[in-house]
Amino acid sequence: MRFVDEFRDAEKARALSAEIANLCEPGREYKFMEVCGGHTHTIYKHGIEDYLPENIRLVHGPGCPVCVIPMGRVDDAIHIASQPDVVMTSFGDMMRVPGSGGNFFDSNAEGTNIRMVYSPLDSLKIARQNPDTHVVFMAIGFETTTPSTAMTLKRAAAEGIENFSVFCNHVTIIPAIKAILDSPDLRLDGFIGPGHVSTVIGCRPYEFIAGDYHKPVVVAGFEPLDILQSIYQLLLQLREGRCVVENQYARVVPWAGNTVALKAIAETMVLRPYFEWRGLGFISHSAMRVRDEFAAFDAERIFEMPGVRVADPKACQCGEVLKGVLKPWECKVFGTACTPETPIGTCMVSPEGACAAYYNYGRFTRTRIREASAHEPV
Amino acid sequence: MCLGIPGEVLEVDSEQPDLAKVAVSGVKRKINVGLLSDDPPVPGDWVLIHVGFALSKIDEDEAAAALAFLNDLGQSYEDELAALRDSQIE
Repeated sequence: MRFVDEFRDAEKARALSAEIANLCEPGREYKFMEVCGGHTHTIYKHGIEDYLPENIRLVHGPGCPVCVIPMGRVDDAIHIASQPDVVMTSFGDMMRVPGSGGNFFDSNAEGTNIRMVYSPLDSLKIARQNPDTHVVFMAIGFETTTPSTAMTLKRAAAEGIENFSVFCNHVTIIPAIKAILDSPDLRLDGFIGPGHVSTVIGCRPYEFIAGDYHKPVVVAGFEPLDILQSIYQLLLQLREGRCVVENQYARVVPWAGNTVALKAIAETMVLRPYFEWRGLGFISHSAMRVRDEFAAFDAERIFEMPGVRVADPKACQCGEVLKGVLKPWECKVFGTACTPETPIGTCMVSPEGACAAYYNYGRFTRTRIREASAHEPV
Repeated sequence: MCLGIPGEVLEVDSEQPDLAKVAVSGVKRKINVGLLSDDPPVPGDWVLIHVGFALSKIDEDEAAAALAFLNDLGQSYEDELAALRDSQIE
């Protein structure tokens, strides 16, 4: 695995670490947000913070699609699944997300038929095979996932499948970033841009962060050296007084994104006026709904739903964690009442959630890694 | 679920060019390659797959890097592969 070694070379990591330290201005504090849950995972797994000077803080952002689904939407999904002759389908990660009366597994114990699928196309196949039932796909995810739902909607329409619909919960990353930039709670110095989302949307949508908010953005890959390299690029921009969007992950992310995917989204979905995000509240133009032309495939128009807004449990501080105001371990219930086995909040449910990532790799603290062998790979 | 997993294209479906058979960590399944219709993949190409759809073409080095990241994830990647194994995209 020659290639992987290139991304994990401990020598290179130490060299980058030294260059990062050189770029930091003495006495200045730096806060960089990594938007994507995949990056959060790499940071904890590989103890990236231990390669950084103390005055750089990495703040975890809202880029975990399961984490931002509010309780009310889980309740709505269970309500739809409770209707006669309905099979609800969703990704495996959704199964343990708590609604106000329990999660999908709890609901199935009471008689609903909510199934895990790998792809929305698998839901479509279940619909084809079961013409007497109505199959709903609970669609969640950022722009990485939205095109797959869009393509499935187009396929369902082309085939004229009448017993399939989508319960659309797709969210968009840019309004969430803007909400965080506008929030008085947090002062950030730059962003490590999401990798997979950018494969679809490209790099241009981040330009307002550099242009209007004067913060640098570096779209980054998922390997430890990718993260260190992007932090180096952020610091270099700040040092040189520049603010632009840079693409560290050009080996996968085209600057213009995936135009076929963007077109498929535009053909099948439109922006909602507003959408509730768990922990972040209502954010305008931050989610998609199914277009009128595809109304026959829109579960929200086919089924009546309670649509009740359910407040998060008081003990849960996912909102603060999602906004980067609190580190996972600063939450009152972290690791005690809330664990990956019995999650209270969504950040502990998904492996991409900041709390689950920290819970699983929490042994990598700044001090302990320094005590560990200096010869270990990053 | 938000994983991008690398797969090697084995063959493109001659009747449905939107579909291709790929190999992912030893699992062979059909996926949809319609999002790459601007520059369709051919056998031997590597693609980054997300929930049954190829999102972008990647080179072999990147495939190895992506795989290393996924292997680090442990159980989540196992779950994703198990889900892919059950998948029957057509």
